[in-house]
Amino acid sequence: MLITNPKHLKPDYDVVVVGGGPAGMGAAIGAKESGAERVLVVDREKEAGGVLLQCIHPGFGLHHFKEELTGPEYAQRYLEQVLDQDIDLATDSYVLDLDRDNRVKLMSGQAGVNVLSSKAVVLAMGARERTRGAIRTPGTRVSGVLTAGLAQRFVNMMGLLPGNRAVILGSGDIGLIMARRLTLEGVEVVGVYEIMPHANGLNRNIVQCLHDFDIPLHLSTTVVDIHGGDRLEAVTVAPVDGFTPDMSRSQRIPCDTLLLSIGLIPDNELARQLNLRFDPVTSGPLVASTMETSKDGVFACGNTVHIHDLVDFVSQESELAGRNAGLYARGQQPPPDNIRLIPGENVAYCVPQTISSDRDHTVYMRVRQPMENCLLRLGDVYEKKIRFVLPAEMVNIKVRPKFLQQFHGDSLRVDIAPQQ
Amino acid sequence: MTTATQQPETTHYLCIGCPMGCRLEVDDIEGEVVEVRGNSCRRGDAYGRQEHVAPKRMVTTTVRVENGRWARLPVKTRDAIPKELMGALCDALHTLTLQAPISMGDVVLGNALDTGVDVVASRDMPVE
Ligand SMILES: Cc1cc2nc3c(=O)[nH]c(=O)nc-3n(C[C@H](O)[C@H](O)[C@H](O)COP(=O)(O)OP(=O)(O)OC[C@H]3O[C@@H](n4cnc5c(N)ncnc54)[C@H](O)[C@@H]3O)c2cc1C
Ligand code: SF4
Repeated sequence: MLITNPKHLKPDYDVVVVGGGPAGMGAAIGAKESGAERVLVVDREKEAGGVLLQCIHPGFGLHHFKEELTGPEYAQRYLEQVLDQDIDLATDSYVLDLDRDNRVKLMSGQAGVNVLSSKAVVLAMGARERTRGAIRTPGTRVSGVLTAGLAQRFVNMMGLLPGNRAVILGSGDIGLIMARRLTLEGVEVVGVYEIMPHANGLNRNIVQCLHDFDIPLHLSTTVVDIHGGDRLEAVTVAPVDGFTPDMSRSQRIPCDTLLLSIGLIPDNELARQLNLRFDPVTSGPLVASTMETSKDGVFACGNTVHIHDLVDFVSQESELAGRNAGLYARGQQPPPDNIRLIPGENVAYCVPQTISSDRDHTVYMRVRQPMENCLLRLGDVYEKKIRFVLPAEMVNIKVRPKFLQQFHGDSLRVDIAPQQ
Repeated sequence: MTTATQQPETTHYLCIGCPMGCRLEVDDIEGEVVEVRGNSCRRGDAYGRQEHVAPKRMVTTTVRVENGRWARLPVKTRDAIPKELMGALCDALHTLTLQAPISMGDVVLGNALDTGVDVVASRDMPVE
């Protein structure tokens, strides 16, 4: 039986990891691998695992564990590795503050406030859900309007159902998965409404979560009003042309629950306090190829840096961050990056934002538009064919030193363009 | 028997085998699958054939727990079951109440609905 109670805290560490989701656990394992001795993972929840604990559906770990696991299984496997490796874990503990010398201020019910010193820090705080305010939905402030991830936690961990008849706004994966989840729990799901002309979730989720249960997906449609006194009674939906709703074709839909699945934003309060440099597109800190942020000795990984659709990529990226944090703690850093990546045609962003021409890198990116039969081009040094790309699916590419042998510039444009 | 003059009927599916979501075309002649196209791997071929004839799904849901760290235990079918049984399985699981502690892999419901498939815990649930 896996017990995850906090272990004894030491006053100083080689690496402290903030956040015990898959990113935090991966970073801790990476730090150990690179020789860091004293490693601590801190999580504010009563157990480590992050958002995986509430994602009870399969679809995790095909790359990393070579089999398909549910979220809790993936979390538990990882946690077993963490606990095997003599990594300290403080749950029920919140990281309040990091100062300029990487001292970590920690608050917990059991141990009170502690200030620990650390040679390197890894930020792995995950993400937050966007709420109603982010899209300025009009209407009354009723109960029954909540984010899809919160509903997921209520249903899957706490055993609470949000209502009886639900409308879902946004076709991100969380919304799609909750459409199926609520249906299986006996809640009537009237439909999923998406303002964009294309779905935002993975195709497989549209099949398994909507088609399987005959739940309609209304593209280019959004919620334009919310009605009710105390409790939600109905929403008004309308088709949109671009972002302008056509009120002549609006429709009132009775429901007692509205789930918002309108995206995640990196949780970056700590990163802001530290005055790190940010990428305006990802809303996360800028990172070098070592996953180091703009502040020496502070690394970041997982959804804090950019929103991932697959946890396997989170694991890869965070083990890299952890290894480099471990190397930093031992004073053995690799040479700094010498090439900046510039997002070009149909590329919204690249992470990391800079690379080094002397070693292999995995670069993650997101496209702005769906496209079929495309060519991913790195400046004029390398190109690769890709069958199709979707904004909902992160694209990744291995960049190898041999691609860059003839390249002597300091910035490289990345384009995803149609094949001629 | 198939003859050269018979035209296959093509149905489109989206493979759910992995996040790639390959677009499959399944050719059927008189109720028999003759070809699957568009798959990037063998699992896609198998999925296309199965989906066309008798679709199956893994089911993940939760079961009520007493004395546990959380009120619900996440569970999954060890294998896919016929798609039309998903609702009935969830109804059957709603009638259960488990006691913590429970270990990952413990059988929560054996041979669910006579499908030959077990429903198992997908995490440890320690006593709180
Ligand atoms: C509904 C949903 C469905 C998904 N489906 C899939 C899927 O099918 N397949 C797949 O591969 N991936 C899926 N994902 C994606 C995957 O789960 C995430 O990419 C991954 O969990 C992100 O990991 P993380 O560690 O960065 O963040 P999180 O898991 O969010 O972990 C962050 C942790 O940090 C803690 N924390 C934050 N701030 C502090 C602080 N100041 N002090 C202490 N602790 C702090 C939080 O409590 C949390 O535990 C899904 C995600 C969601 C939400
Ligand atoms: S065919 Fe293979 S690669 Fe394509 S979605 Fe199915 S399982 Fe994945």
